[in-house]
Amino acid sequence: MTETLRRIAIDPLSRVEGHGKVTLLLDDAGHVHEARLHIVEFRGFEAFIVGRPYWEVPVIVQRLCGICPVSHNLCAAKALDAVVGGVPPPSAVKLRRLMHAGQLLQSHALHFFHLASPDLLFGFDSDMARRNLMGLVETHPELAKQGVMLRKFGQQVLEAVYGKRIHGTGAVPGGVNKHLSLEHRDEFSKQLPQVKQWALGAVALAKQLTEANLVRHAGFGTVPSAMLSLVAADGSLDLYDGGLRAKDAEGRLLFDGLDASSYRQLIQEEVRPWSYMKFPYLSALGPDAGWYKVGPLARLQVCDRLSTPLAEAARQELIASSPRTIHAPLVFHWARMIELLHAAEDIERLLQDDALVQGELVSTGERQREGVGVIEAPRGTLIHHYEVGDDDLVTRCNLIVSTTNNNQAMNEAIRSVARQYLDGHRVTEGLLNHLEVAVRAFDPCLSCATHAMGQMPMEVTVVDSSGAVLSRAERGAS
Amino acid sequence: MLIFGWGNPSRGDDGLGPAFVGEALRRAGVDVLVDYQLQPEHALDLVGRDEVLFVDASTSGEEPFEVFELAPGPKVTVSTHHLSPGGLLAVYERVTGKKAPHARVLAIRGWAFGLGESLSDRAKQNLEAALDWWLHQQEPAAAH
Repeated sequence: MTETLRRIAIDPLSRVEGHGKVTLLLDDAGHVHEARLHIVEFRGFEAFIVGRPYWEVPVIVQRLCGICPVSHNLCAAKALDAVVGGVPPPSAVKLRRLMHAGQLLQSHALHFFHLASPDLLFGFDSDMARRNLMGLVETHPELAKQGVMLRKFGQQVLEAVYGKRIHGTGAVPGGVNKHLSLEHRDEFSKQLPQVKQWALGAVALAKQLTEANLVRHAGFGTVPSAMLSLVAADGSLDLYDGGLRAKDAEGRLLFDGLDASSYRQLIQEEVRPWSYMKFPYLSALGPDAGWYKVGPLARLQVCDRLSTPLAEAARQELIASSPRTIHAPLVFHWARMIELLHAAEDIERLLQDDALVQGELVSTGERQREGVGVIEAPRGTLIHHYEVGDDDLVTRCNLIVSTTNNNQAMNEAIRSVARQYLDGHRVTEGLLNHLEVAVRAFDPCLSCATHAMGQMPMEVTVVDSSGAVLSRAERGAS
Repeated sequence: MLIFGWGNPSRGDDGLGPAFVGEALRRAGVDVLVDYQLQPEHALDLVGRDEVLFVDASTSGEEPFEVFELAPGPKVTVSTHHLSPGGLLAVYERVTGKKAPHARVLAIRGWAFGLGESLSDRAKQNLEAALDWWLHQQEPAAAH
């Protein structure tokens, strides 16, 4: 086969963590043959962990991500619960759930209020100089303020349980480090009515913006696939624990209630030479058909219900908005705000439990050599798997982070959008904007944690099949 | 005064901000804040401050460090989930309705940002130079 593929590279994506680079491979007819989202910085994470003492891991993994360090802390601790042979006591589990809800609320607030809402409010084609947080602050100050206040509330919850922002030690193997103080419990309880009101407003806004652009959003980057999530034994969404459940693209059950430690039988990870990030797929469906979505939109459709009333009512509205399973990436935003409301309600419920302020914090038992932890992080299913030697050093580490689980889904969305908006062989501002909007819907975290000033220019390059640069565009560094 | 440093200590010289904050706290007992990245809610950490020193690693600035005055501004950052310091001041003014505190940025030049690396020797020298400058600023005579 002598097919000639033309390459168009977009590097990196704005307002997505780390360094993202998109390459569009064109066929001889100029159509988009394949889209490749390169994740430059993902390499080396697992090697970074191997050789360290297991008890250090829940702290050190936080530095993989400056946005959701608590998710990595919790997932590592869950995996290492098995290694120390402990079943975390009820107080520890509830404190972990509180941390998790605080992290989810905070993360979802950042994404919607400060990253996604400018796209939705101003339009995908609006001026990049305006379509960002600062534009939102100028034109919708109350909305921006609510986002700030929600973020602050989530941060306060985290600091009360998890500790310092950069050296938090909330969850440890077998449990947690400390209780919630009575003062913090009372303080958070007082704030919750307002927090819930803001969350309800966010759900209403996200729904309104989705429905106002229903036709455009429904076809934007939409590619059907299976979906995966953790679900509790009663079928409700469980962000912290539960069994793995997957549904196919039409919403039919593929498997349910499977233990997290069985993930290696359920999920295969394909390696492709052009990417540091792996491509997971459901073993039962194979590499071509087995890719899946994770995250808010998947979770709300994989579960049977949410355990909190306001969020469940909102979920029912989302489900009723379509006669079929929803795959449109832009509906992630609506789903994300429903989860934010769910997190606020869950925090309210947890704060009424005395186990947060008293009770045993850590449990250990017979030492084991291996442990798997799975949680539903803000961006989707997160898997940590460790093997530990007799000398307490980690001998093997496998991480499947949420963004990796959504890897193929993002590539498919990019390809779909590029086919629709690529005009000729030039990367136009319009194409770039639309690709960014599609990727951003998944809220990817492309290796988050390095950010020093001057490090993130936006560069757009068009390269032909011989490697010659046809055009280049750059947006200024921060 | 608040000293606010940010960065990831597990990313080599990206940890210059947190390292500066740690040393400033140890040597002078000042009020400090440290985080991985600047976020919108940090605007609320500036409430009640009359002066803020933002400290971050720099990948392209002068060596050993640069100091510049900061004004609230809607500078477009092509980056990510984090804000620029000027953007944070702008958020502060919008959220609180008050004028932002006097702010400067201390940008310490870094060179190596690999995962799992510690501060490079060159960055350590730059950190010491920045600390010397800042400690000198704290001496009473420096005000005259």
